[in-house]
Amino acid sequence: MTQTNGAPRSFQEIILRLQNYWAAKGCAVMQPYDMEVGAGTFHPATTLRSLGSKAWAAAYVQPSRRPTDGRYGENPNRLQHYYQYQVLIKPSPPNLQELYLGSLEAIGVDMAMHDIRFVEDDWESPTLGAWGLGWEVWCDGMEVSQFTYFQQVGGHDCHPVSGELTYGLERLAMYVLGVDHVMDMPFNDPDALIPLSYGDVFKQTEEEYARWNFDVANTEVLLRHFEEAEAECAAILAQEHMDPKTGKRIVMAHPAYDQCIKASHIFNLLDARGVISVTERQAYIGRVRALAKQCADAFVLTEAGGHAA
Amino acid sequence: MPDLLIELFSEEIPARMQARAAEDLKKRVTDGLVEAGLTYAGAAALSTPRRLTLAVDGLLAESPTIREERKGPKKGAPDKAIEGFLRGAGLTREQLEERETPKGAVYFAMIEKPGRPAAEIIAEVLEDTIRNFPWPKSMRWGAGSLRWVRPLHSILCILSDEAGASVVDLDIDGIKSGNTTRGHRFMAPEEITVTGFDDYAAKLKRAHVVLDARERAEAIWQEATNQAFANGLEVVEDKGLLAEVAGLVEWPVVLMGAIDEEFLALPPEVLQTSMKEHQKFFSVKNPKTGRIEKFITVANRETADNGATILAGNQKVLSARLADAKFFWENDLRTAKSEAGMGSWVENLGNVTFHNKLGTQAARIDRIAALAREIAPVVGADADLAEQAARVAKADLSSEMVYEFPELQGLMGRYYAEAAGLPSAVANACEQHYSPLGPGDDVPSEPVSVAVALADKLDTLTGFWAIEETPTGSKDPFALRRAALGVIRLVLENDVRVAVLDQFSSQLARADTAISQTIAAEQERLGEDYRQKTGAATIQGGPATITVSKDVGGRHIDERAIDLLSFFHDRLKVFLRDQGIRHDVIDACIAMDGNDDLTLLVKRARALEDFLKTEDGTNLLQGFKRANNILSQAEEKDGVEYSYGADRKFAEDDTEKALFDALEAGGAAISPAIEAEDFAAAMRGMAALRAPIDAFFEAVQVNADSDIVRRNRLNLLSQIRQVCGQVADLTKVEG
Repeated sequence: MTQTNGAPRSFQEIILRLQNYWAAKGCAVMQPYDMEVGAGTFHPATTLRSLGSKAWAAAYVQPSRRPTDGRYGENPNRLQHYYQYQVLIKPSPPNLQELYLGSLEAIGVDMAMHDIRFVEDDWESPTLGAWGLGWEVWCDGMEVSQFTYFQQVGGHDCHPVSGELTYGLERLAMYVLGVDHVMDMPFNDPDALIPLSYGDVFKQTEEEYARWNFDVANTEVLLRHFEEAEAECAAILAQEHMDPKTGKRIVMAHPAYDQCIKASHIFNLLDARGVISVTERQAYIGRVRALAKQCADAFVLTEAGGHAA
Repeated sequence: MPDLLIELFSEEIPARMQARAAEDLKKRVTDGLVEAGLTYAGAAALSTPRRLTLAVDGLLAESPTIREERKGPKKGAPDKAIEGFLRGAGLTREQLEERETPKGAVYFAMIEKPGRPAAEIIAEVLEDTIRNFPWPKSMRWGAGSLRWVRPLHSILCILSDEAGASVVDLDIDGIKSGNTTRGHRFMAPEEITVTGFDDYAAKLKRAHVVLDARERAEAIWQEATNQAFANGLEVVEDKGLLAEVAGLVEWPVVLMGAIDEEFLALPPEVLQTSMKEHQKFFSVKNPKTGRIEKFITVANRETADNGATILAGNQKVLSARLADAKFFWENDLRTAKSEAGMGSWVENLGNVTFHNKLGTQAARIDRIAALAREIAPVVGADADLAEQAARVAKADLSSEMVYEFPELQGLMGRYYAEAAGLPSAVANACEQHYSPLGPGDDVPSEPVSVAVALADKLDTLTGFWAIEETPTGSKDPFALRRAALGVIRLVLENDVRVAVLDQFSSQLARADTAISQTIAAEQERLGEDYRQKTGAATIQGGPATITVSKDVGGRHIDERAIDLLSFFHDRLKVFLRDQGIRHDVIDACIAMDGNDDLTLLVKRARALEDFLKTEDGTNLLQGFKRANNILSQAEEKDGVEYSYGADRKFAEDDTEKALFDALEAGGAAISPAIEAEDFAAAMRGMAALRAPIDAFFEAVQVNADSDIVRRNRLNLLSQIRQVCGQVADLTKVEG
């Protein structure tokens, strides 16, 4: 059983408490998407589900990869692989701020002792063609979450508007647990039979990936994969909506979007390898955005995207 | 007379937008009320992170009845005309009045618009205000379509008088108005019912909300300086930060904390910038050492431990941030002190694009260095030092610190240049070559800094002129107007004597080379794909712009340089107008040779402005204009130019002879004065002409009967034009 009262004792307990909290608030607790992404927003449960008219509420942990942030596990706060906790509710409920503050209490932040602030921070994702208005949430001067009301995704106006909450789990947990170096943070309960730190779990992988990301990844292969993902995305979306085999109307928005995710991650890898010049950067971002936009266009033609059958 | 209280309660409004929004609320609502006939005695607007408040006192209880009389068609006018008039007035024929006028009987309409109760008008005006509010950025939320800066939660709108308070009913997309609000988000979240502004402000204060941003700012500053003073320290003033922080809290609680010992060796600007940008902390410095030792943070609540937990948290975040800054600083110092020194950063700038048509930052630095070398002797700088300074002045753009804090560019360059052991003139130029940025910014005066500052700005201007990205209307994305003004101030305040057209031309040529090289590099990179991707049929790597040159005073000058010079002249006019020099006076001087020497141009303009303010000046100008008019008319009529050979022997009148003498003496005095750039003396020379010219026109008829006399007099007038023309083109002066 998870402790629900008092201060949490480990990284995983904080995750479990968030899962329980948002489950109790009616969110579908989903699992991480099974592809490499740069942030929880890329999960189709956010990107695609924020489109169209259908109501939606989901919460999940998403492992996120930012190859350029790799520091071989040595920097106390920077990782090339880390976790985000993501909540998306559509339409955004009027008490979303209170729900959010409740989640902080659930992980042991005492509102009577801390200074919580909503500081303007508008969110924009050039690769997803998305933007929204909101805040970064500060707890005693530290940014603990990103709070956004989506206005546009994939070039489509959001109607209704989704409220999105993103927690940087390691940073938040380090703060709540009072740990200064991420690798020192208890992953499971410190009194467990085999207590494990974050470093026990991830120090080695941070080193391995940092080396691969920065120096070894085969850029020619990556460049080819980028082009292939781009082509496959277009090819998928070019198919007739009517499946000739089953006779059903099937718009393949999700498989196409997988290719968009793939292209986006490959771009991040190429960036970390330092083979993308400043001018090319904009062009690559534009290409990924074009894919995201086409996938969004396709999704709103599906049932989940609010298309009437 | 009733008072009105409005509060729009929302989720947190960005600090930077609050003050403006409160003013907009006041303006829109009061304008709307007045337009509908509701006048008032006074209005005040206030804001906190979660509310915009407007209090209007002494409002009329209802709008006055308006009676309007309209004159219509004559009696007996065609039915159509009368019907049209009735439609416009909204009356029937029986309601019209007939009146006798000198032109016969005429219909009059008496239209009466009855007054309306204040509440009805307020509801309309407020709804219109909310729906059309000028937020810099607004959003939708939930399933609605209303826009506000962040979700709008409630509207308080009450009218109160001696009899009590009543809610002004309105419903905007499901948000109904009422007489309640809420206190501090955490310290007093309960609903509060209010009856008027005084009650509202008092209850909010009890609920831990200070309504007035100024009051919050004052309280913060007071408490911050007190705490610092008690420790023998002082707070570094920052009005912008104070205003922002006051917009982040409803109940300010000032907390002072210490900066970890290990970070105190960082440059004070780094500490200050990092604390301000990332955490909105004030810096607290020790007046004895000038070092920043502590910080002030402003929390939004009181706690049982008097803020100890909050302060500890903030301190921890600060240490993490400063650990980053220290890491950057130490890495950068290591690079600066290494053998390659700042050179390795410059090399890096070869990978940084300045502009996709103008190539990399490194290429730009080469151009600036070449120009700085050329300018050096003119500003009294050593050419080698100027070039060296130009080569490292932008090196810090590759440093880790400037990558993190772009606003520290230049300043970090100075620190790193000093660490690298470069001459102090070079280190100073690193910091100062961006100056002056704004009108209030100091202008560098050290020769090496002046050379690099000029070269930097001139390169920017010529570069964008070469790729035809010049400012249009209000669009000036590359801040070229600011750059030109910077050049003007550098030149004038340092009394620099340089013919800028030459600099323009040589730098335009360098920009052309850069453009061709960029094209060539792109061609090489894309290889065979080039033509296909760019759609270009053939590009041979030649200059992108075909250079057209013009003959200017014997010099062949690039036409783009001439266009750039006229841009400078426009900036100069704006700059001098603020100093009280009329634009037509400047025009009269711009029309002269050597107008690309800005110092000379301004010297001349100042002397002329002073001269025209004297009585001699105004009268001479009149005499000159008269002479010029007569001459121009005669020249047009006769189809010849009278410019030569006035002969004293044909002079009939004494005043005419005197004018001959005066012009001879004047010419002899003015030419050398102009030569010596002694414009005051030149003006005195012109002043001496005033009396003889006046006397001449008084006594003499230019268009005499005798053709010889007439021609001689016209040629004499042309001497006036010629002599005065050495000083300035007085035809351009108005009046």
